[in-house]
Amino acid sequence: MFLKTINKIYDTDIGYSFFNSKIAIISSSIFLIIFLCSFFAGVVAPYNPFDLINVSLMDAFTPPIWSEGGNSSFFLGTDHQGRDMFSTMIYGSRISLIVGFASIIFAMILGVFLGITAGYIGGRYEIVVMRLTDVQLTIPSILMALLVDGIARAIISKSMHNEMAIYVLIFAIGISEWPQFARVTRASTLVEKNKEYVSASKIIGLPNILIMFKHILPNILRPILVISTIGLALAIITESTLSFLGVGVPPTTPSLGTLIRFGNNFLFSGEWWITFFPAILLIALALSVNLLGDWMRDALNPKLKKR
Amino acid sequence: MSFLEVKNLNISYQTRKETIVASKDVNFSLERGEILGIVGESGSGKSTIANAIINLIDPPGEITNGSIKIENQEICNNEEIIQKARGKKIGFIFQDPQTSLNPLFKIKDQLIETIQTHLDLNYEQALNKSIQLLKEVGIENAEKRIEDYPHQFSGGMRQRVVIALAISCEPDLIIADEPTTALDVSIQHQILKLLKNLTVKRNLAVMIITHDMGVIAETTDRVIVMRYGKIVEQGKTSEILSNPQSNECKSLVMSVPPTNKKIDRFKLLSPDGGEISDNSLNLTNNIIENWAVRKVSHEKLLDFKNITKIFDGQSIIISTKEDDKIKALNDVSFQIYEGESFGLVGESGSGKSTIAKIITSLVKPTNGQVFFEDVSLHDPKNKIIKNKYRGQIQMIFQDPYSSLNPRFKVKDIIAEPIKFFQKGIDRSSIKDNINDLIDIVGMTRQSLDRYPHEFSGGQRQRISIARALATRPRLLICDEPTSALDVSIQAQVLNLLKDLQEQLNLTILFISHDLPVVRQMCDRIAVLRNGKLCEINETEKLFNNPSHSYTKELLDLMPKIESILID
Repeated sequence: MFLKTINKIYDTDIGYSFFNSKIAIISSSIFLIIFLCSFFAGVVAPYNPFDLINVSLMDAFTPPIWSEGGNSSFFLGTDHQGRDMFSTMIYGSRISLIVGFASIIFAMILGVFLGITAGYIGGRYEIVVMRLTDVQLTIPSILMALLVDGIARAIISKSMHNEMAIYVLIFAIGISEWPQFARVTRASTLVEKNKEYVSASKIIGLPNILIMFKHILPNILRPILVISTIGLALAIITESTLSFLGVGVPPTTPSLGTLIRFGNNFLFSGEWWITFFPAILLIALALSVNLLGDWMRDALNPKLKKR
Repeated sequence: MSFLEVKNLNISYQTRKETIVASKDVNFSLERGEILGIVGESGSGKSTIANAIINLIDPPGEITNGSIKIENQEICNNEEIIQKARGKKIGFIFQDPQTSLNPLFKIKDQLIETIQTHLDLNYEQALNKSIQLLKEVGIENAEKRIEDYPHQFSGGMRQRVVIALAISCEPDLIIADEPTTALDVSIQHQILKLLKNLTVKRNLAVMIITHDMGVIAETTDRVIVMRYGKIVEQGKTSEILSNPQSNECKSLVMSVPPTNKKIDRFKLLSPDGGEISDNSLNLTNNIIENWAVRKVSHEKLLDFKNITKIFDGQSIIISTKEDDKIKALNDVSFQIYEGESFGLVGESGSGKSTIAKIITSLVKPTNGQVFFEDVSLHDPKNKIIKNKYRGQIQMIFQDPYSSLNPRFKVKDIIAEPIKFFQKGIDRSSIKDNINDLIDIVGMTRQSLDRYPHEFSGGQRQRISIARALATRPRLLICDEPTSALDVSIQAQVLNLLKDLQEQLNLTILFISHDLPVVRQMCDRIAVLRNGKLCEINETEKLFNNPSHSYTKELLDLMPKIESILID
């Protein structure tokens, strides 16, 4: 049964391209490992770093197992509060992935909706939407996120802030990523809307909303899929940057960026592992997603098919 | 020894899953001063052979064995020799003049570059020669026009430039791959005449690849008929066309719509040679009852009244000058009566498709009104009534590859209008409806669970017809429904449309540039030119006794297969 499905996937063009691309296989396995580890963090991680009973300040600054003074119970050492690095990283990547996925989905919904309506309806509405994306694109995403975070801090009371921080972050990253989706969706919609199957639906008398989302949307999913993969990597990096700058998730639930920030303070006093391992994990995560996106872009583009 | 000799040519395309044989044991020869036609349906390997001669087969295709000799020199798979021969010895004319010239170079530069690559001439001489060439292919004011860019030429003129380019280095062989398919009848006539003259004047060997039997009949001396990569018949054109031997060839000749008479329906040959004569429609009483087939009333169904349509572009500065505006339609009026089939004929840009778009409300007219029965279709007050009439007008499109949503299964494509027009219909009756429709258009019920890309062009067009019929329309607009199809498939689809009209009492608006097809399909015909109506008349009167000079010209210029038939 399982073999049959594999064979079936292998038989399709995209599956064939996947299994014949080393980069695709390696990067997807790395991503899958990180994803599964963080998803089952409670099972995989040896400690729960946020459970204060397990944490002892006595263990702080334990170097990795292979260095001098390493402790066999802390594989990658501990941080300044005595939390196991390996466990914190797994829990941290969970936060990074949640924020990455959620913000890209938010950006996708907003961008695709605006893009498809702009492309299909046209006229003044299209001009307004597209100029809006142009304006949005001139604001660097970090700046945009800082702006949103600042506004959120002013509105939301301090006690609520830590709870709300993750949603603010998702909103901030999502709002800075949607123009990409809007542009790509609009361009593809313009191509699709002139095809005769759309005219046929119009002649049948289908309402525009149905033509847009039932007929056109499934036909433009490919480019959207590609940019959302590449956008995911970008969102993860943006999240880490914000957390590194201290405007991201609160220190009580550290993401990879927050971990790097903690470690940064101790980098010059010799405790390199606190910042080094989260950084490596972040690079591996972002790179694997990015490479996967690159492969997908090429594989889904019939013009780039290898001869 | 023949000028061009092709022997045992085998070409195959190796893909991941299978090997596709594009040409199998092809043998033919070509003499100087002779025009050879290669004809066949799409996918029969016509173009592959032409590309093999100039060694331009796209990978993964390759010549597996065989020989191609020009004047006894082996050129098969020999890139070094062919590189020199291309352009100098062999000229190539492509199908689409819009894309075969580089838009960024002046005509002058393109010609001179080619000439200087192959001939030992200096710039001045090459320029003179280019002007000479342009004059030869019939471009007026050549000294001035040579400074122009390709976009400043019309389609026919551009194809002339391409021909000038092809003969610029005095080649001995010209290969023309569908040279006139993208052109209008009148321009097609000029281009073919030009090719014929050049063949005689320069003693060229010419190979014309086409699917149009009319072109074959009018221009070629000998013809090769191909199917599935094999030559099924070759010989003198007049002999093959009047007395075809093989079944493939017979069916090809039979399906060509005759230009000189109206026939009841096209005869079709099954692959084993038997004639398919029975009606493809098997309407059960159930269907007819279900459809509530109307009696033919011969009353006025559609009134197209004084329509003018101006496309004023999307420019920001609104031009107020009357001359700047392009009138796609200029005061066009006609009526369509219930039960008839009405033809619209014209060359590209004559406004045929605009009329279809206005009737289906895809485009609003600038002036004038369209009445369906007594309801004005473009009156904003009539929105509710208009929606009621939406299902009564349906359309079949030209391109069967883009007119079906590739992400939908066939059954969903057909079910959509049913669900939309008969709100609250239960599942089983939708299924019955779909089954009826797929039966009507002559396809198997198994095809309902498949996706459009699994079907050929003709089958897709049938699905398209089924979808259009799903709303039980009274007026069916067919916008060039067969121009993307092979002749034998065209004959099938046209037969189907005829049968449907008879059985369901449909009114058909048939739009085409192909005069023979229109003659077979329509009761009355309107001729359009540049957005103006030239004349409307009954089909036979129009063909036998055209009153407008433009109609006369069109009729004179259409390629006629009958011209060379031996009785």
